[in-house]
Amino acid sequence: MKTCLNTVAIGCLMLAASTPVAADVGSRLWATGGVTSIEGSAGGGLSPWALLNGYASDEEWGGTVTLSQAETDDYSLNVTGAGVTWKNRVELTFARQTLDLDSLVFTLKNGFGLEEEELVQDIVGLKVRLAGDVLYSPWGQWSAGLQYKQNRDYTVPDAIGSEDDSGTDFYVGGSKLFFAAIAGRNLLVNGTLRATKANQGGLLGFGGDRNDSYETMAEGSISLFLTRQWLIGAEYRQKPDNLSFASEDDWYDVFVAWVPERRLSVTAAWVNLGDIATLEDQTGAYLSLQASF
Amino acid sequence: MKLPILMLVLVSLILGGCQTTSKSTETSPVLYEQLGKRSGIADIVEDLLYLIVEDDRINEHFAGIDVQQFHTNLTDQLCGISGGPCTYNGRGMRESHAEMNITDTEFNALAENLILAMDQNNIPTSAQNRLIGRLVPMYPDIRNL
Repeated sequence: MKTCLNTVAIGCLMLAASTPVAADVGSRLWATGGVTSIEGSAGGGLSPWALLNGYASDEEWGGTVTLSQAETDDYSLNVTGAGVTWKNRVELTFARQTLDLDSLVFTLKNGFGLEEEELVQDIVGLKVRLAGDVLYSPWGQWSAGLQYKQNRDYTVPDAIGSEDDSGTDFYVGGSKLFFAAIAGRNLLVNGTLRATKANQGGLLGFGGDRNDSYETMAEGSISLFLTRQWLIGAEYRQKPDNLSFASEDDWYDVFVAWVPERRLSVTAAWVNLGDIATLEDQTGAYLSLQASF
Repeated sequence: MKLPILMLVLVSLILGGCQTTSKSTETSPVLYEQLGKRSGIADIVEDLLYLIVEDDRINEHFAGIDVQQFHTNLTDQLCGISGGPCTYNGRGMRESHAEMNITDTEFNALAENLILAMDQNNIPTSAQNRLIGRLVPMYPDIRNL
């Protein structure tokens, strides 16, 4: 099923990228849709930004399709995502996350008698631009959003002490581009506050034996446009710690994104996801391909 | 909940960077020279006008204008804004755009064309960014917000 979905998504990517270059990709300037985060919302890799996906300006429709993969020491995470934006006002996204448990399979089998090889979660995201424009407003662009998350198989999260198989994150974010901020290069700053009960973003369920209440987490990023096509930056995401089964760490990454044209972006990152479900210091590589239409 | 050291390093780099670059942005004629002085700016504006004519998102707004006068005015305006010895003699931005109901889509289209015109004239990224940064405060006047 996963391979099938991936094939379809790759097909969409290739179709979108191979469509003859025309003015119908949307009028917002290069890279102002950000890239697609692992939860499907426009953002960086780990955190949603106040930017809306694609390039639709105030009279247009647009959207994106994305394939992403993170490979850490003991896990691999695959994300397929798609989204649409209406008039640079409302963003609707869908993402499916598949976490291959790799090394954890043995822990689960020996410790819990479980025979699970992957965790799968679906995420529906809605984001609304409240005010401002990331480029043109002195106070930047402000958006609010939610991410409804549903585990497709709850056996493992249930066994390790999670309270719920679904949950909703709520967030507000601000994004602002400062022109010619460093050596004449444009600097993009994003800050997000998220209310969440999700364990490891929701892949390990929602709420836990240690805490079952919403907590507000801070997320942020800074990125520098070396040119219009090349962007480098760093990102940070604070995380809750709801399960006594294993401690949960904050996430961060450093990334480089290449936007050769508006229809395509490629993002590579080094991510540090900390300890995940008893397996320590999960660092690794992240690669994301996004096509815009 | 450890704060990544990397972010701190990057932040301090940025703060340091701002301190060193703030001096160079004050010396305005640098930008004017990077744009090729008045003749270079006139070339950019000429290429911009060709791009506008081809752009169905915005060319209607430019139908019937005095192209020569528009070219002179916009060149003088960009020359003055970039620190050059020119005086803009056209109408104010709010006044001249008041009846046009410029949308974000149209504003973005013009910004894109200006950037492409600067690309065509091999204007370095830093000069492009500085000029756009100085034009952005006109956004509320042009959009009549």
